[in-house]
Amino acid sequence: MATHVETGPAPAGTATAGPPPAVAASGVTKRFTGGVVANDRVTFESRRGEVHALLGENGAGKTTLCNILTGLYRPDEGDISIDGRAVHFRSPHDAHAAGIFMVHQHLSLVDSLTVAENVVLGWSRTGGVRYSPHRVEAEITEIAERYHVRVDPRARVWQLSLGERQRVDILKALYRDARILILDEPTTVLTPAEIEQLFSSVREMVAGDRTVVFISHKLPEVLEIADRVTILRKGRSVTTVERAGTDASQLARLMVGHDLAEGRVRRATAGSGSQAPLVGPRTGSFFPTGGVPTAGTSVAGIGDASGAVDSPAPAPMLRLDAVCADGDFGRQVLFDVTLGIRPGEILGIAGVAGNGQRELAEVIAGLRPHTKGSVRVGDEPLTSGDARGAIERGIAFVPEDRMGTGVSPSLSVTENLILKAYRSGAAHAGPVLLMSRADAEAVSLMERFDIRASGPHALVRQLSGGNVQKVVLARELSSEPRVVIAASPTRGLDVGATEYVRSVLVGAAERGAAIMLISEDLDEIVELSDRIAVLYEGRVAGIVDAGRCTYEELGLMMAGAA
Amino acid sequence: MSQFFTQAILTATVASGIALATPFLLASLGETIGQRSGVINLGLDGIMLLSAFTSYYVALNTGNLGLAVLSGVGVGFLMGIATAFISVTLKAEQGISGIGVYLFGLGLSDLLFVKLVGTPLPIASLPAFRIPVLADIPILGPMLFQQTLLVYFAFLLVPVVTFILDRTTYGMKIKAAGENPAAADSLGVSVARIRWSAVLIGCSMAGLAGTSLLLYDGIFQQNLTQSEGFIAVALVYFGAWTAVGVMGGSLLYGLVAAVVLAWKALGIIPLSASDLAATAPAVLTVLALLWVGRRFRQPAVLGKPYERGE
Repeated sequence: MATHVETGPAPAGTATAGPPPAVAASGVTKRFTGGVVANDRVTFESRRGEVHALLGENGAGKTTLCNILTGLYRPDEGDISIDGRAVHFRSPHDAHAAGIFMVHQHLSLVDSLTVAENVVLGWSRTGGVRYSPHRVEAEITEIAERYHVRVDPRARVWQLSLGERQRVDILKALYRDARILILDEPTTVLTPAEIEQLFSSVREMVAGDRTVVFISHKLPEVLEIADRVTILRKGRSVTTVERAGTDASQLARLMVGHDLAEGRVRRATAGSGSQAPLVGPRTGSFFPTGGVPTAGTSVAGIGDASGAVDSPAPAPMLRLDAVCADGDFGRQVLFDVTLGIRPGEILGIAGVAGNGQRELAEVIAGLRPHTKGSVRVGDEPLTSGDARGAIERGIAFVPEDRMGTGVSPSLSVTENLILKAYRSGAAHAGPVLLMSRADAEAVSLMERFDIRASGPHALVRQLSGGNVQKVVLARELSSEPRVVIAASPTRGLDVGATEYVRSVLVGAAERGAAIMLISEDLDEIVELSDRIAVLYEGRVAGIVDAGRCTYEELGLMMAGAA
Repeated sequence: MSQFFTQAILTATVASGIALATPFLLASLGETIGQRSGVINLGLDGIMLLSAFTSYYVALNTGNLGLAVLSGVGVGFLMGIATAFISVTLKAEQGISGIGVYLFGLGLSDLLFVKLVGTPLPIASLPAFRIPVLADIPILGPMLFQQTLLVYFAFLLVPVVTFILDRTTYGMKIKAAGENPAAADSLGVSVARIRWSAVLIGCSMAGLAGTSLLLYDGIFQQNLTQSEGFIAVALVYFGAWTAVGVMGGSLLYGLVAAVVLAWKALGIIPLSASDLAATAPAVLTVLALLWVGRRFRQPAVLGKPYERGE
């Protein structure tokens, strides 16, 4: 896949005389087996006492760069320096000794040990083999108070919430007196209140002249916390900008390399696409042009919330009548769900997670038996729990858990693409797969769906999240399905990939498919859907017209108050 | 039945139960350390056999029991090097490589026995060591304090292993290597080095277990251990990866075995059923394992080699 980035490695922000940067990378290149160049001559530097955001899409090379800075990987080319001195880390331990510590996205904690034990693991302030819990716990409590990262040092890690676990990792860094902390997408697992708390900790750290490198692909956060921002795109450093001199639309452009508005999909006029404030008051618009009304804007009055199938002209392509189903533990989770989706229509399924959305999708895809009611595609009823029957009737399923259910991570792109088509496609002669034909087919799909991989033989687990989702979409949508069930199709994807996935779904609708879009992102639902059904405790709380509903109305139904 | 419930016989049964438990205790304590670090060693029984034979051969030729014990531990250590190399450095599938080590130990000990010894002769057994004062306590004295030094040593290891695992930085690293090696690695703990050391300790203790079994029996024979090493692996699960739990399991096994022996000697169990009765300790242990075993979680990456990277 050709990269078309014109910008080379740009010099980082200010290069004036003064103290050397706390941490700097120059010309860092890292290639992985399989030919993926994760970092291509990246230049990055961060000063003492600043919050420096590393902004970029999924797969832009942010995490790789930081893994190099912290000694987990060794660069193929380029130099790293700390306080102006060149360093060559052979392990994270070397990096810790030099005062640089990374809090990973997948936290590195030992569940069965206590908080205190996790913090001192591999590092004793006093040396010696004996571990004395009381001394360590006192030290940790003192640090925790000072930096507002409160955790009970005696608790075992498995007892803690994700937010608390992250604080344990931050405590590890502070216990080692790290001068430079790298936080890899730290807010992903946090509640809004915890995010505020994290930000106050970060401010405390930089006030103490520490440096915080903040990896993120969320613009509002970056704008709130960062002093400077370095943007990475496709493995290259694009530029470094001062927070004060930039705004959301400039950062978004730098991050994706084109105006997001170009890729804007159709329903922009249909609903109110409000951005729920993520963090603080500075939440800006992601979209430089398209009008983004503020939260709470009512477009029109309350729509029809009858809960029954609307019945205008064309007959529904997908029709559910009083469907009931049980959950994983034998408890009933769907109660008399009645829905219809017409050809070309997108029906959004809104609701708080765990109200039956996943089970609903699985019932339609034939992965979960329904105990009562009927599911019909056109005129044909689906056999309960018959996944192959569902496929043969033209149902495509984009599952929520894309790595677990959507793809086989250790198979190649080609193999994943033919997983469904092998029965009908031209890529086989009897029971024998014709791999060269399958590869050719895969290459054309990779082009059509913009799947960026080193080739059709690249293993899917080596791809970034957005590209994995494109593999799923390519497989599911290339067969021109009649019905598409998309469960949280953009979760965890960056802005560019999100827009792409949305445009693919809209495209499928325009070609006449009936689309069910299940999402917890209400903005996404409102923006894309024609109608919205709200699930609450396994029942349809209401079905409304996307163009004529308010957030308040949807929120009330989602909370079971309507 | 009533003749079993006399003080003398009960005391003797408990005493021999404790002695019978000792090889299990040594082997499973060592295996506990290894498994806590994430390495399962199914070759335990083979290592015990090789060490038992070596100790036997040394004792037979030198008459020096101290040397016999040392050589048994030494062979365990050497087998530990092989096991660690296969399991940790080569990252082999531990279930399969362990069976290989077992078969190697079983075959080689038998081969050496036939080639080097031929006619089995008994060796001097380890003398009982009466602990002054304590040995004279009625009932408890003869039960607990008239054992061999190896027995005392094995039971002393229980608090030692507990302390190492729970109160030293080394123990913390062992547990981290078995629960989340990537976390340990990211903190500069060398997972390979920790696992190597844990395997070496575990295999040395398995060697000592083989030796203690030999010194209890006083003679070597083909397949002396009769798969006790596998029971020792099961006892680690039974004991929920703690030294004290493993001690409980070993004692249960040893005491049941001793009771079966006593009942056989007293004719309570008819001769025709004696083979069946001999399986009682194993059956009981497995049943207890079903009950206890699933209530505790094993080390998260038990049996999985550690690979750094994505």
